[in-house]
Amino acid sequence: MLNYALSRLLTFIPTFIGVTLISFSFIRALPGDPIQVMAGERGISDERYAELAKQFGYDRPIYVQFWDYLTGVLQGDLGNSFVTKRPVWDEFFALFPATLELSICAMIFAVALGLPAGVIAAVNRGKFFDRALMSTALVGYSMPIFWWALLLIIVFSGNLQWTPVSGRIDLLYYFPDPTGFMIIDSLASGQKGAFTSAMRHLILPTIVLGTIPLAVIARQTRSAMLEVLGEDYIRTARAKGMSPGRINGIHALRNALIPVITVIGLSVGTLLAGAILTETIFSWPGIGKWMVDSIFRRDYPVVQGGLLLIAVMVMIVNLTVDMLYGVINPKIRKR
Amino acid sequence: MDDALSAEAETVQDRPGRLREFWFYFRENRGAVIGLWIFAVFAFLAFFGPWIAPHDATAQYRTATLQPPVWQDGGSWTHILGTDPLGRDMLSRLIVGARYSFFVGVVVVSIAATGGIIIGLIAGFAPKWVDSIIMRIMDIVLAFPSLLLALVLVAILGPSLTNAMIAIAIVLQPHYVRLTRASVLSERQKDYVVSARVAGAGIFRLMFITVLPNCLAPIIVQAALSFSTAILDAAALGFLGMGAQPPTPEWGTMLAEAREFILRAWWVVTFPGLAILVTVLAINLMGDGLRDALDPKLKRS
Repeated sequence: MLNYALSRLLTFIPTFIGVTLISFSFIRALPGDPIQVMAGERGISDERYAELAKQFGYDRPIYVQFWDYLTGVLQGDLGNSFVTKRPVWDEFFALFPATLELSICAMIFAVALGLPAGVIAAVNRGKFFDRALMSTALVGYSMPIFWWALLLIIVFSGNLQWTPVSGRIDLLYYFPDPTGFMIIDSLASGQKGAFTSAMRHLILPTIVLGTIPLAVIARQTRSAMLEVLGEDYIRTARAKGMSPGRINGIHALRNALIPVITVIGLSVGTLLAGAILTETIFSWPGIGKWMVDSIFRRDYPVVQGGLLLIAVMVMIVNLTVDMLYGVINPKIRKR
Repeated sequence: MDDALSAEAETVQDRPGRLREFWFYFRENRGAVIGLWIFAVFAFLAFFGPWIAPHDATAQYRTATLQPPVWQDGGSWTHILGTDPLGRDMLSRLIVGARYSFFVGVVVVSIAATGGIIIGLIAGFAPKWVDSIIMRIMDIVLAFPSLLLALVLVAILGPSLTNAMIAIAIVLQPHYVRLTRASVLSERQKDYVVSARVAGAGIFRLMFITVLPNCLAPIIVQAALSFSTAILDAAALGFLGMGAQPPTPEWGTMLAEAREFILRAWWVVTFPGLAILVTVLAINLMGDGLRDALDPKLKRS
């Protein structure tokens, strides 16, 4: 196990350097000189340009710049945003809880509906429930989520007036945010209606972001369950006269969960990609919207730093999933 | 799908009956056949759209802006699905728009699959260190969420449909590399490859003629699935303003243009998205059928 963990960790290092190199070279490949962009429409004098170039290190050879960037990254220094002048690191972690809250809720939504749907479909294989659930799952899987978001807004915000269209909470509420999670903070603030408001803002983005993971989990659970249900020990349990509920719920589901957990872990990338669209549509102040806005504003350090942090996050999650998988399934360690 | 059929057609000459066998299994999956029909209609519209559409897709009927569909009050048979804020006919724009999505799918899958297969074959046949380097590079690309990477690539290359296609192809490519490499590694050990090598087959013959045809099944399934991913991602980029630019009647771009009217005119938002959903759903149905028909493990025989 230790060897397996070490070898997985060793592949992490070149990938990390590669990811840093890619985010670093993107900023150099973007059209337009970063200093000119920063100067804006007023333009900039030649002396000031040279001064700034020196300050940012743009006058030095490219490999020295990369080395500086890499060592900076390892010390948590990702540069400052051109627009707000604040460190990219601070901005990222100020906005990250919003994305995390939305992602966790979306994942809870997806698992809470996807697991039972997959189990029910597998148990009723080939029957009406199976077909209905799996057709729905395929529709969800094929859904352009930006359109799905607009449809939900039309129905629930437009026609029914149940939910607000954008943001995390109504503007009349103001309270400190120690955790950054709006649901928890609004509860802790004790203000009347704050929690309800936060929930109503959360519900549509959660559904939108959770739809594709929901479909994937339902499909994956069904196929994993079908595989397990064909095993001998299930037949033994049946022969012993164990109740179907106990067989399906405990014996089968527990073993079917392993591939499902992998899928859940690996859909972190999907969630972050989905967050880009979901947050843009619902004006949710998280990482996805921040990245899109920065790309449009040509805020290079933010694009570079955000890209790197997101990629590293995906890598860490994938690594953790691999490790867990190695713990659960000894066969994998031997490769 | 075109890829799948032509690939099948090629192998059919040396192995008679393979296409028929494929069709036999494919036909059993009713969803897949429905998907195939919808895809055929979609392909037909992509080729002949401008001649079928009742109006010019960019013509602005200024007297009939935001006209609702025919079955609602104020609708008329001239514009069956209504008009958009500039008075352009929705139905015509949707029909002409099929062309862009189809084109995106074909181009992206061709680039990603060709590149991915070649790199995957090299990784499978090359010495271990080359293989490791290639796979690390693919890991790096896969570490970025696909849509985010595509978005940044398009920001670098400049927003247009062509650049969106290049970006999506780059993002999808690692999947083909991994699939091809995995199949090559398992095929390479088999006796027929060893005997071909002993018989004096060169490395290129081994790669492309001996091994590749036996690795195609999962790649074809992947091609169908990434066809739909490509359409979805291109529409998403268009929606974010980084794909096809107005007035191109690309479905994602149409949605982006219609966004501010969602609470006033449901049809300008509903129909383009429905077109994307139906197309993607049809291709995914077909992909499921392809997988069942091509994957020997699932065959009942």
